Amino acid sequence: MREDRSPGSDSLFYGLFLGNTWSLDPTAKLVQDNPCLTEFITSVLALPEPSPSILSFTLRLAGILAASENRFQLLQQEKLLVRLFGRDGPLNSALWEDASVRSGWVEGVHSMMHHQPALRFLCDGGGIDVIFTLQGDPSLFVASAAGQLLVHMLTLSVESEMTKPLSTKDCDWPACAQMIIKRIEDSLQSSSSSHIEQSLKLLTSLFGSCRATWTEVLWLGIAKQIESFLTEETVQAQHMLANLLLSMAWSPVFCDTEGGFWALVTSALEHLTPVQAGPLAVGLLRLYKCPQDVRIQALTVLLQPMDCILRAASQPLEYAGLLDESVSDPATVESLLSSKSSCVSLLCQTLAHLEELLSLIHLPVDLPYTSLLHSLMTILQFCNGFLSPASPLGSTISRILINSFRVQRSALDVLAALSERKGCDTLLGSLFDVLLAYLESPNTSPTVLKKTFQATSKWLVRLQELSCSNSQWQQTEKILEDVFLVLQKRLCSPCWEVRDSSLEFLTALIKCLRDQDEFRQSLLSSEVLKLTENLLEDPESYVRASAVTAVGHLAFITYFAPESPAIGNQYNKENTVAKLQEILSTDPEGFPRRAVISIFTKWLRQGCTGQLEDTERFVSRVIQTVEHDLDWEVRLGGLELVEVFCSQTICQLGLPKCPYAPVSSAVTSSIHQNESLHIFCRAKVFNFLFQSLCDCDKPVGQRACDILLGLRCNFYPVSTLKDSQGAEDSRAGRSVAWLQRTLRQGSLAQSFPTDGGNGVDFQDPESMLLALGTIDLEELHDELNKSSDHVEKSPQSLLQDILATVGTIEENEADCY
Amino acid sequence: LKLYCLSGHPTLPCNVLKFKSTTIMLDCGLDMTSTLNFLPLPLVQSPRLSKLPGWVLKDGSTFLDKELKECSGHVFVDSVPEFCLPETELLDLSTVDVILISNYHCMMALPYITEYTGFTGTVYATEPTVQIGRLLMEELVNSIERVPKAQSASMWKNKEVQRLLPTPLKDAVEVSMWRKCYTMPEVNAALSKIQLVGYSQKIELFGAVQVTPLSSGYALGSSNWIIQSHYEKVSYVSGSSLLTTHPQPMDQASLKNSDVLILTGLTQIPTANPDGMVGEFCSNLAMTVRNGGNVLVPCYPSGVIYDLLECLYQYIDSAGLSNVPFYFISPVANSSLEFSQIFAEWLCHNKQTKVYLPEPPFPHAELIQTNKLKHYPSIHGDFSNDFKQPCVVFTGHPSLRFGDVVHFMELWGKSSLNTVIFTEPDFSYLDALAPYQPLAMKCVYCPIDTRLNFIQVSKLLKEVQPLHVVCPEQYTQPPPTQSHRTDLMVDCQPPPMSYRRAEVLTLPYKRRYEKIEIMPELADSLVPLEIKPGISLATVSAVLHTKDNKHVLQLPPKPPQPPASKKRKRVSDDVPECKPLKPLLSGSIPVDQFVQTLEKHGFSDVKVEDTAKGHIVLLQEAETLIQIEEDSTHIICDNDEPLRVKLRDLVLKFLQKF
Repeated sequence: MREDRSPGSDSLFYGLFLGNTWSLDPTAKLVQDNPCLTEFITSVLALPEPSPSILSFTLRLAGILAASENRFQLLQQEKLLVRLFGRDGPLNSALWEDASVRSGWVEGVHSMMHHQPALRFLCDGGGIDVIFTLQGDPSLFVASAAGQLLVHMLTLSVESEMTKPLSTKDCDWPACAQMIIKRIEDSLQSSSSSHIEQSLKLLTSLFGSCRATWTEVLWLGIAKQIESFLTEETVQAQHMLANLLLSMAWSPVFCDTEGGFWALVTSALEHLTPVQAGPLAVGLLRLYKCPQDVRIQALTVLLQPMDCILRAASQPLEYAGLLDESVSDPATVESLLSSKSSCVSLLCQTLAHLEELLSLIHLPVDLPYTSLLHSLMTILQFCNGFLSPASPLGSTISRILINSFRVQRSALDVLAALSERKGCDTLLGSLFDVLLAYLESPNTSPTVLKKTFQATSKWLVRLQELSCSNSQWQQTEKILEDVFLVLQKRLCSPCWEVRDSSLEFLTALIKCLRDQDEFRQSLLSSEVLKLTENLLEDPESYVRASAVTAVGHLAFITYFAPESPAIGNQYNKENTVAKLQEILSTDPEGFPRRAVISIFTKWLRQGCTGQLEDTERFVSRVIQTVEHDLDWEVRLGGLELVEVFCSQTICQLGLPKCPYAPVSSAVTSSIHQNESLHIFCRAKVFNFLFQSLCDCDKPVGQRACDILLGLRCNFYPVSTLKDSQGAEDSRAGRSVAWLQRTLRQGSLAQSFPTDGGNGVDFQDPESMLLALGTIDLEELHDELNKSSDHVEKSPQSLLQDILATVGTIEENEADCY
Repeated sequence: LKLYCLSGHPTLPCNVLKFKSTTIMLDCGLDMTSTLNFLPLPLVQSPRLSKLPGWVLKDGSTFLDKELKECSGHVFVDSVPEFCLPETELLDLSTVDVILISNYHCMMALPYITEYTGFTGTVYATEPTVQIGRLLMEELVNSIERVPKAQSASMWKNKEVQRLLPTPLKDAVEVSMWRKCYTMPEVNAALSKIQLVGYSQKIELFGAVQVTPLSSGYALGSSNWIIQSHYEKVSYVSGSSLLTTHPQPMDQASLKNSDVLILTGLTQIPTANPDGMVGEFCSNLAMTVRNGGNVLVPCYPSGVIYDLLECLYQYIDSAGLSNVPFYFISPVANSSLEFSQIFAEWLCHNKQTKVYLPEPPFPHAELIQTNKLKHYPSIHGDFSNDFKQPCVVFTGHPSLRFGDVVHFMELWGKSSLNTVIFTEPDFSYLDALAPYQPLAMKCVYCPIDTRLNFIQVSKLLKEVQPLHVVCPEQYTQPPPTQSHRTDLMVDCQPPPMSYRRAEVLTLPYKRRYEKIEIMPELADSLVPLEIKPGISLATVSAVLHTKDNKHVLQLPPKPPQPPASKKRKRVSDDVPECKPLKPLLSGSIPVDQFVQTLEKHGFSDVKVEDTAKGHIVLLQEAETLIQIEEDSTHIICDNDEPLRVKLRDLVLKFLQKF
């Protein structure tokens, strides 16, 4: 290593050495027994120009060795640590310019920082100054590591060197802590904003990681200074304060105190700009221990832009009110919203925060949902120019927002999240007017349209729930009719993204609403069905995949429903299944095939594939189609289908699901066993499963192994596993032995028997029962799980992946080889 | 710099610019919205139209029932459709020197101007503009002439009568100016006055101004114009587009540094984004056809139709419409499809490169080859044999008042399976449909207008920074139906000047300089004197010779030779007499030094007073006053000429002479 000075020497190798070969033994024995370690360090130090990566490695190695006090002393005796980490080390050489050396130095120091001698060694040698300087390092990794190191040192110093507990009156910090705190205080008082920023970062991470009471003592010393940052405009540190206060708010040291801290938070919410205060406010609202008045103020910060929008859009008298005017001063927000540069970003940030809040299941505050919805609708109407504002501020905002896709997307996200909350029902009619206007407008961009679809599907579910309770069927029917009308048009869009998201929308609707009569009727009376089936032949593979999913879900309403309506379509149940089969076997792209196999599985799960015999034929056909598919996800999907099939068959034939359940009668049980085994053999399940064990994509092999293990549990109660040795006499025995050997070599795929010979008859129940009993599936299972990625990274797998990706163009093939 | 505004239609402009000594007409668009007041001209006898009841006045009088017919509550003139011409009374159009055409839609009034007003000038336009403009005119004349109408209504135009009519006839403006369509011979005569130009070609007009067409990106051969002299630049921006469609992209850079920018021809549907509309068009087309209905697309034979066909070319296979026939019916359908393929140099870069492959630049060639797109001159003849439904028909005229479209409206209007999709933005679709009511057919409005929208305009103006912007008044306020959309107007500093029909604007720009050439011999004789670093002056004595708006300084004629002999002196009147020149003075007089000099020359009682503009030097004894100001020096003394001369010479010592 020492002599390898080639520029490309791989630091990964050193990393591995450090990471893997070290079992930390705190005694000095390791170093004493392995003199090569110190020799190595010495010789690196003797090199006139060591390469930066060697030096960096050496620093980290020395740090790890010095982590135990005994070894630290040993290395100190040889003066190695001084030469590495002291003033005469790399610190003052030209190599310090290299970021990897600085990084190695910081990491080394961090590793050794587990005992007082190391602390003192560093403090006495002036190391603290170096670390403080490194906080502003051009390399962000070094800078961040330096900050972490200081936090670590401060904590270590206080916790290991303190003799008596600290109090505010008598803060007798240990020497090292004293040095660090002094530096923090000095930089907070300096006029350099970068120094202030570094110290605030440091405090943020200290309060975030250390919840000891002494942190409060530290805080009280600097609180005044930090408070002043809120009001002094000369210092640009406000944006850091939100993070600091948040990390403090999570610490029990501060959040349980009376007064002081929360007063500062209140003041921060007042003084920070809405953009800076936003993250603080949302963080506070997630907190359970936040006092109610602070919570209200945080909420005010978040709701103020929404309130402002609402006021700008409506006449003063008709304004319903989102906020009590007494708690908020809208001037700042108004000026931000009326400026082109800040309006969009403030709104997007506010909306993102609101979405974050709404996504919490338990929200510690009550949001004014109705007004919020009203405000969101106003924003959306400003964006498409449908709203004529009633105030000058309104016209300014409207001008800025027209066609702003960013705001539209964020507002629609919040709108979707809001559908889960109760209390917005009075506005439903006008809400759907807004949503439909977006769905219908040709100016809606595809991404905004997708979000509109998402919001619409969520609100349709809400609408349906409501109309169940208040019997307003007419309104619901009208809305559904309009939605399907616009959906028809969107399904014919020349833009594939639009067709795709329309199909996804349809699927989402069917998933949630397929049990509702009005929904089914509106859907069946529209042209949507026919158009969806047409899209199975779309030129875009994503669209075909979405069409497959949609058609698969539609089938629950059309073909599989108990009172299946008669529809004069070109597709009936058989045709649809045949069409999907065709896609599974012939579609050149993976996505549609994956969609088909997952729909088939879904059908099977829901028992839509008919009687047992039909299902057997169906599964057998699917297996034969997918077993040679180039896409491993399709093969995996096939295995999932097989798994469902097996468990359903076993269930239907009355075998107990649980292997430990009492077996009623040995005779009936073995009859059922036989029957299901026969079914599996006929459906060529074993063929597929054993072959998949050697699949070049590991997830497939693992899944197949899991399924086989499950089957074995069914056919062999735990105690009755056969011994493979004795069975080799029979023909079946021989072939199973061969199978076991082949599986061990992992080459079943190549030598897969096409006919007799040595091979196994996978359709012979006797052989399969034997195979299940004798092949050591656990070993295979461990093998598959253990080898982290050797299968996926094997040259053969790689080659197959490449070939599958580039297709079979001849010139490409040559290149690959 | 004056602008005479002859048209009130912002996208069909007709303005006359008086600039230096030239009179330039900018476009001559024809407002055809007047035809919406007329009944459609059916190709085949229509029982429905012929049975419409005559209109009866409230008092029961029926004298108008032959001229006006009533249909679903609307009143229409039963006569040959007429067009509203540009203003002809505002100035004498025979004085127009040149007409600059910016695109083929903006030349439809050309025959009315060139053939009826005594116009003797030249028309400038690019080749595609002329060729496609001819096609549009040919189609127009053909559609109207092939359905001769026996009667021609004029009684209703009487002011007294018009007052009694229902809207919109009552409010129709300038009905006395409405004219019947021109004839083919007039079209040919008008087109023969056109001189073809290419982009960036500089055309001198009488030596006074230079005009240059620039690509405007809107249609094949469409142009904006630069009209400039040596010191003034006027840009005329007509229909322009920044979207990537088939024509060459717009040349924006050349519009920079304009003193005045005349802005017309913005999009008529600022809220509709063309991409979205094309999507809407395709979706509605596919939905109709899948349900077994027919689609009718009323359109012009050139322009957006090329882009639509290109979109459909990509779309029909994916939408499963490969077996649906597309018909393009127009007397000029064939020429239009073929012309589009040969104007390679006028196309966008992508299409130009195809020509070198060689491939036809537009994919409609392939549609024709594979029989997916068929074109016919009219519904008569071959079309009736090939006609298969469901189908898609592209045909004119977008006003639905004449052309083959009238037939399809009558044929398909009764079934709700069919759809008419409006893509041309020139006519209100509701007005266009009025004489076909009640109508079962579905109507979809997808106006595709690729011309500049207001966001693009504001970017353009920021980019090219003209000193003044002039535009139609419609662009200076939000659209009447969306008064809150203050984003839908031209926004620039200083605010734009607006014009309306029949208004004369004095453009806010004063001409201050004129370029003059100096003959080389004269230039040789000049002796410049540097008065400041970098600035030299010389006096020039010359004769200014002005011809064809060009000014040249020539050597003055030699002073007449003193008569060498006693020959009789010839009197020559045309050579101006040349007086000897007095030298010109420059410089300033430093008062302190001047006083010292005076003292040196024996004036002892010199006194200096400061004034607002300079100084007064007082020689008390001599009762003399020297007033020194920045641009003048006066010596005031009483009848003492020697003293004055002495003082003058002292003053002159401080000044430079040349």
